[in-house]
Amino acid sequence: MSAAHDPKPIRQAGALVASIAKLARLAVTAEEARSIEPQFASILKQFEGLELLDLTGVEPLVSLSGADTVLRADEPEPSSSADQMLANAPERVEDFYCVPKTVGGDE
Amino acid sequence: MSAYSALDAVGLAQETARGKRSASENIEAAFDAVKALDSELNVFLNTNLESARALARVLDAAPAETRGPLHGVPIALKANMCVEGFESNCASRILAGYHAPYTATFVRRLVDAGAIPIGMTNMDEFAMGSSCENSAFGPSKNPWDETRTAGGSSSGSAVAVAAGITPIALGSDTGGSVRQPAALTGIVGFKPTYGRVSRYGLIAFGSSLDQVSPFARSVRDVELVTHLMSGTDSNDATCLDEPRMNCEICDLKGLRIGVPKEYFGGGLQHDVRARSEEALALFEQLGAVIVPVSLPHSEHAIAVYYVVATAEASSNLARFEGVRFGRRVDGDGSLQGMFAATREAGFGPEVKRRILLGTYVLSAGYYDAWYGRALKVRTLLRRDFEAAFESCDVIVGPTSPEPAFALGSKKDDPVAMYLSDVLTVPVNLAGLPAASVPCGFVDVLGRALPVGLQIIGPHRADARVLSVARAFEEATSFAAARAPRFFHGARS
Repeated sequence: MSAAHDPKPIRQAGALVASIAKLARLAVTAEEARSIEPQFASILKQFEGLELLDLTGVEPLVSLSGADTVLRADEPEPSSSADQMLANAPERVEDFYCVPKTVGGDE
Repeated sequence: MSAYSALDAVGLAQETARGKRSASENIEAAFDAVKALDSELNVFLNTNLESARALARVLDAAPAETRGPLHGVPIALKANMCVEGFESNCASRILAGYHAPYTATFVRRLVDAGAIPIGMTNMDEFAMGSSCENSAFGPSKNPWDETRTAGGSSSGSAVAVAAGITPIALGSDTGGSVRQPAALTGIVGFKPTYGRVSRYGLIAFGSSLDQVSPFARSVRDVELVTHLMSGTDSNDATCLDEPRMNCEICDLKGLRIGVPKEYFGGGLQHDVRARSEEALALFEQLGAVIVPVSLPHSEHAIAVYYVVATAEASSNLARFEGVRFGRRVDGDGSLQGMFAATREAGFGPEVKRRILLGTYVLSAGYYDAWYGRALKVRTLLRRDFEAAFESCDVIVGPTSPEPAFALGSKKDDPVAMYLSDVLTVPVNLAGLPAASVPCGFVDVLGRALPVGLQIIGPHRADARVLSVARAFEEATSFAAARAPRFFHGARS
């Protein structure tokens, strides 16, 4: 995408990658962001041709299945046990996944 | 009794079902091959001899009338497939130790037919790559030249078949990840129509593009495996609602073969072009009619693919955050800190790059400009194929613009690596069936390297593609060629 069309121009090397990394829940160091950014720019340059096409009246292709989507009957079926599903969890307590505390206050 | 690696899956199953050999003997032969070759070619991420032997014993004890069409045939599976008893780590550190609590529908159907999974194969991390150099466990090597890539991302599965370890293997093809490694290792690969095979149990990368796809050393094997895997599945709503695939008889006389000028452009390596043109000449000799066609939006396919695939990947890979499975890194002790630290430590550089790219094209302010626009161009790409198929029955061209490239030669240039997929991604974007079959060799520094021919069909015309592939295979001897140094049994 050309700078003229870019609603958020890059002001600082690494700033764009750092802000996207935050959205993507990736911890990227400033150094990594600076090294990724040129690669990012060269990849986006490959995409510039998309801007030149006249897409007036063209519908987006959202699904290849379209009307073929087949839904099963909405009936309960046996499923895996809690133990099976929790077997890969890095940390569990009883039948729950365990994560760091997200709300304030004491227990 | 023929040597284990001399037979294709159909032949091996027939001999085993008739009692000429046992499933247990097949498993021992497969593991002998693993022992002889795996350390040099880096094919498997994990194997399970114990479960394979147990399954073989059950099959050997089964009455003759219950023996299926893959009776006692060892199979290798890509490490992004869920199979009970195996570690499905997607060649990523973030999924180290992950054992799926269920088995994928397509694997279950093959096991029901008598196949025996022996191990999970090496791949580009989360199927993102074209050379296996994005595997957290080092790349698989090409049996034709171990200094070169076996292609990707389903690299280990291609090598398992090309090196004679198993007659058949499964990969997943999101942008060419089965056809390109099949071409680069001299075997057959087939991507069915999107929805032909259930994706239940395939760890998702690009959900609108992913399709489970078989490798084999014969067309009849990929035909059989596809047939057995296909059909509706109540666990995948995108699965086609039609009977399992059955191949039609194909007469090449009068068959209209479309040749898109865009697939023979400047980026095509000279010798690959020559082999492709020789294949077209052979089709003509066999009675087919060559029809020039045009796919005018092909030049935009790579851009559309890398917008759509990365957008879907950024969403699909959000589930790897250290809560439900795989590795966890505590970070600063907060929940958000744990997510970020886990993903930072667990994902490799290319996966991070694609997550970032996908997040970017979906983010506020950029969504319409990138993702929305790419989806519209995807419509144009599909229309190109629909228009072309009005004047031809199949489209034929090269699978990869070049033979196997040297490991390391593109590793630090993501754009050059992405362009490896230029001839295969349009097929995934349009959801079409396509096969890659061996069509000859090129000489590179004194080594013969295989070249693949791509045969593309209209939506749902999987059987037609395979029939044309089989006719080509029968008229040539390329599929019978074996890697001289690394085919099991080739070395004394």
